[in-house]
Amino acid sequence: MTATTQSKPSQEEHPITRYVRKDRIPHIYCPACGIGIVLTAFATALDNLKFDIDKLTVVSGIGCTGRASGYFEADGFHTTHGRPIPFATGVKVANPELKPVVISGDGDLFAIGGNHFIHAARRNVDMLVLCINNFMYGMTGGQQGPTTPTGAITSTTRFGNIENPFNLVSLAASAGAVYVARWTVLHARRLAKSIEKALQKDGFTFIEAVSPCPTLYDRHNRFGSGLDVLKLYKEISVIRNFSDPMKAEIDYSTRIVCGEFVDEEKPEFTQRLAEQSARLQKR
Amino acid sequence: MSSRTERAPITQEKETVQTWDIIILEEVCKGCAFCHTFCPRDVLEQSDTFNAKGHYPPRVKAIERCVGCKLCEAVCPDFAIFVKERSPSKR
Ligand SMILES: Cc1ncc(C[n+]2csc(CCOP(=O)(O)OP(=O)(O)O)c2C)c(N)n1
Ligand code: SF4
Ligand code: SF4
Ligand code: SF4
Ligand SMILES: [Mg+2]
Repeated sequence: MTATTQSKPSQEEHPITRYVRKDRIPHIYCPACGIGIVLTAFATALDNLKFDIDKLTVVSGIGCTGRASGYFEADGFHTTHGRPIPFATGVKVANPELKPVVISGDGDLFAIGGNHFIHAARRNVDMLVLCINNFMYGMTGGQQGPTTPTGAITSTTRFGNIENPFNLVSLAASAGAVYVARWTVLHARRLAKSIEKALQKDGFTFIEAVSPCPTLYDRHNRFGSGLDVLKLYKEISVIRNFSDPMKAEIDYSTRIVCGEFVDEEKPEFTQRLAEQSARLQKR
Repeated sequence: MSSRTERAPITQEKETVQTWDIIILEEVCKGCAFCHTFCPRDVLEQSDTFNAKGHYPPRVKAIERCVGCKLCEAVCPDFAIFVKERSPSKR
């Protein structure tokens, strides 16, 4: 690896890569894929908080995003498709000292894993769920999924998607998440701040990161390169903090509403569990 | 200078202080162009030589304009660029 700069040093190490498994870099993601930006945001948030790596468990499911758990210098697990949330719940119940962070895709978390998501949110199990929404199944070749916009072309909707997509922030808010935010990957610094905030909360937190998939989704739908998609985000995204998540539009042809939508406190599941078992043991 | 009234003239020229270094790890760059496109101060540009994988990494064009906002570092999907504050002694 050569390091260059017009201004001086060489052989420098990226400051946040102490949270990253350097032997795995460069990662597998395509050039201009947004997933890497979210990994950077997550590592930056850990670095800013000086987060104790021994208190962290990174869990992911299957997909391009699902590879995320393998890139961090922390304990973690690459679960089967759709199951990172139940795995994270198990981690939290077995050892409430740990903070599980689920990093996974829209397909993994909301198609096969959809029920796990709503019930973990309803129970308010302490974890951060970081969803990279690229509007389809990337890893398996760009099939339609639960966030694919109506009309969009995917490899299984050649004449346009006839289904309605989930609005993830609205779903998370109504299922009971105590912190809900959406950013595009262009909002990389706000995304990192949001991750910092979520890591410090006690309860079920959800962040959606809207991301380009230049290889499949953006190519099928003629949005151009990853750079073109980020330029589009710059043009069409608006930040409306604490606006109604039901009205948080997400449409490449009009607007992407970003921001924090929910930030509240509620009793957390494993705390209630501990309180109840302490009470019962006294009887 | 011996006399109490005699002293060196005050330097009129303002020194250009370089506060930030941009470190580019050329070989892990995938050439997405995010860093140099979104830098708000137009500090970076695409280099005209490619790396071993055939991607064009960025290079520094005008370091004196850099404000250390770290947007380039944040939007890089590949951990290939970062910003470092210079220690005051090296400025
Ligand atoms: C039980 C099971 N069903 C189906 C698959 C095939 N499969 C692998 S990844 C994936 C979807 C991934 O989509 P998403 O979570 O959005 O991740 P992305 O690749 O887009 O980041 C599917 C359906 C599987 N691995 N296991
Ligand atoms: S297929 Fe799409 S989501 Fe998967 S790594 Fe490539 S650009 Fe990213
Ligand atoms: S730190 Fe900010 S101003 Fe400096 S090169 Fe990076 S993006 Fe540009
Ligand atoms: S953002 Fe990163 S990968 Fe993209 S061109 Fe800049 S240094 Fe290379
Ligand atoms: Mg996906």
